[in-house]
Amino acid sequence: MSAFARTALTLALAFLYAPILVLVIYSFNDSKLVTVWGGFSTRWYAVLFADGPLIAAALVSLKVALLSAAIAGVLGTLAALALDRHGRFRGRGAYTGLLYAPMVMPEVITGLSLLLLFVGIGLDRGVSTIVIAHATFATGFVAVVVGARLKGLDRSLEEAAADLGASSMRVFFGITLPLIAPSVAAGFLLAFTLSLDDLVIASFVSGPGATTLPMRLYSQVRLGVNPEINAASTLMIATVGLVVLMASWLTARRGQGG
Amino acid sequence: MSGRLARLFVRGLPLVWLVLFFLVPFAVTLKISFSSPATAQPPYLPVIDWQGGLEGWREFLEALDFQNYRMIAEDALYRDAALSSLGYAGLATAILALIGTPTAYAMARASARWQPILVALVIVPFWTSFLIRVYAWIAILKPEGLLNGALMKLGLIASPLPILDSPYGVLIGLTYAYLPFMVLPLYAVMSRLDPTLLEAAADLGAGRRRAFFTLTLPLALPGLAAGALLCFIPMVGEFIIPDLLGGSDTLMLGRVLWSEFFSNRDWPLASAVAVLLLILIVGPVVLFREAELRREEAAEGRGR
Repeated sequence: MSAFARTALTLALAFLYAPILVLVIYSFNDSKLVTVWGGFSTRWYAVLFADGPLIAAALVSLKVALLSAAIAGVLGTLAALALDRHGRFRGRGAYTGLLYAPMVMPEVITGLSLLLLFVGIGLDRGVSTIVIAHATFATGFVAVVVGARLKGLDRSLEEAAADLGASSMRVFFGITLPLIAPSVAAGFLLAFTLSLDDLVIASFVSGPGATTLPMRLYSQVRLGVNPEINAASTLMIATVGLVVLMASWLTARRGQGG
Repeated sequence: MSGRLARLFVRGLPLVWLVLFFLVPFAVTLKISFSSPATAQPPYLPVIDWQGGLEGWREFLEALDFQNYRMIAEDALYRDAALSSLGYAGLATAILALIGTPTAYAMARASARWQPILVALVIVPFWTSFLIRVYAWIAILKPEGLLNGALMKLGLIASPLPILDSPYGVLIGLTYAYLPFMVLPLYAVMSRLDPTLLEAAADLGAGRRRAFFTLTLPLALPGLAAGALLCFIPMVGEFIIPDLLGGSDTLMLGRVLWSEFFSNRDWPLASAVAVLLLILIVGPVVLFREAELRREEAAEGRGR
């Protein structure tokens, strides 16, 4: 590796992590001014835990994330199975396009168009509409994660089970599903964090009484930098860090288990 | 028979969901982009009169018009917003290609033990909240922020640079938030390059730089194209970054759509902006798909 490439890599990683580091450090700042260091303190965490509306919003977000990740987990796994196992079926290209398009579609378009649908069919806006919207854009991500695992799967176990007379249902639930379970779990966790993170789509499709954590944070961020948000962000980063560790542990296990 | 039913279920359930909650909403948006705003619930006209039968449909179709698109075409605001969205997204994609290529190259050349760690390091920020990562830049870029403070202490500048609330803030934010989307596809291609090719080039006397520009880079072009697409499309419609890091005069279509919807409550005009945004991003996708297809055909031709 040339010195140039090595420097580029180091700088890129520093660029990626410096803002996050600054955020975490200043969440322990005693001063109310975010850019002046006033000594170590955990007072903003105390303020955070006494903030009723913020905690309520966090609970709404958790509920939405769990439900939408469960739906996306099922849909994404099914779609990955269809793409991996059904060969070159008719309309495969369109199917793939439809599955992956929501991943890159600008969020303002997805949010607005789903809202217009919900209003058009008279669905009451709230937690349920956010769940539907999040499940829709997370399905493709789950399909990518599960699809990668399916591609690398040794088919001989499934073939052996089928040769021994197991029905296709039995092969799936007895062999395939346990083998891909870690990637399904990783896909679920990815869908979960994507849902926890979403501001734009939720803002469009949510209704009165359903304020998610990013929506609440955004309304405060618009007023300027504030140390309580730094504390909330640090907790979210720590949570996501744990989830990522879990997910990478789950996917790394395939080396030993599978 | 049960096998066929199972296949239908496996393939059909995600299909039905995505058609219902991804394709149909676009059709609804397209329809409403031809409507007029109204102080009613829902806030647009006309609404289909399902009881009216064919006559109701005819009245509905006659009430539709192009006034929102006329407005978009005539009002300079929308044209400027469209052009500057494309400009920001294009410029940021170019910067990302310049940063992402050496980064991905270094990752692909790292030892086998380091590669998974480096990949994880690039992915982790992607899992971390987008809103929070953009918010983090406010404290760094503001006039009394960390960057200006550091530059002034070093004596490089006399007074704070207005980076926050300027086009530079938006570009920094875009580059930062989308870097993993550029690096990962590039790395995926570069890590799969046959190392014997590089050895052959070295044996034939090509220096590292020459090998990179004549071998690695051309072979990594598909990764570069995929990364550019993954960054460019969402960036054109980006809302959070221009809203938090750009000034009040930073025009981007995502932000225009947002304010038409939330501030002006003009749903039909917001829908027309969404259609315009969609048209802008369909072009690059089609070009990419065609290039992809041509490459696959060429690869199959060589394989035979």
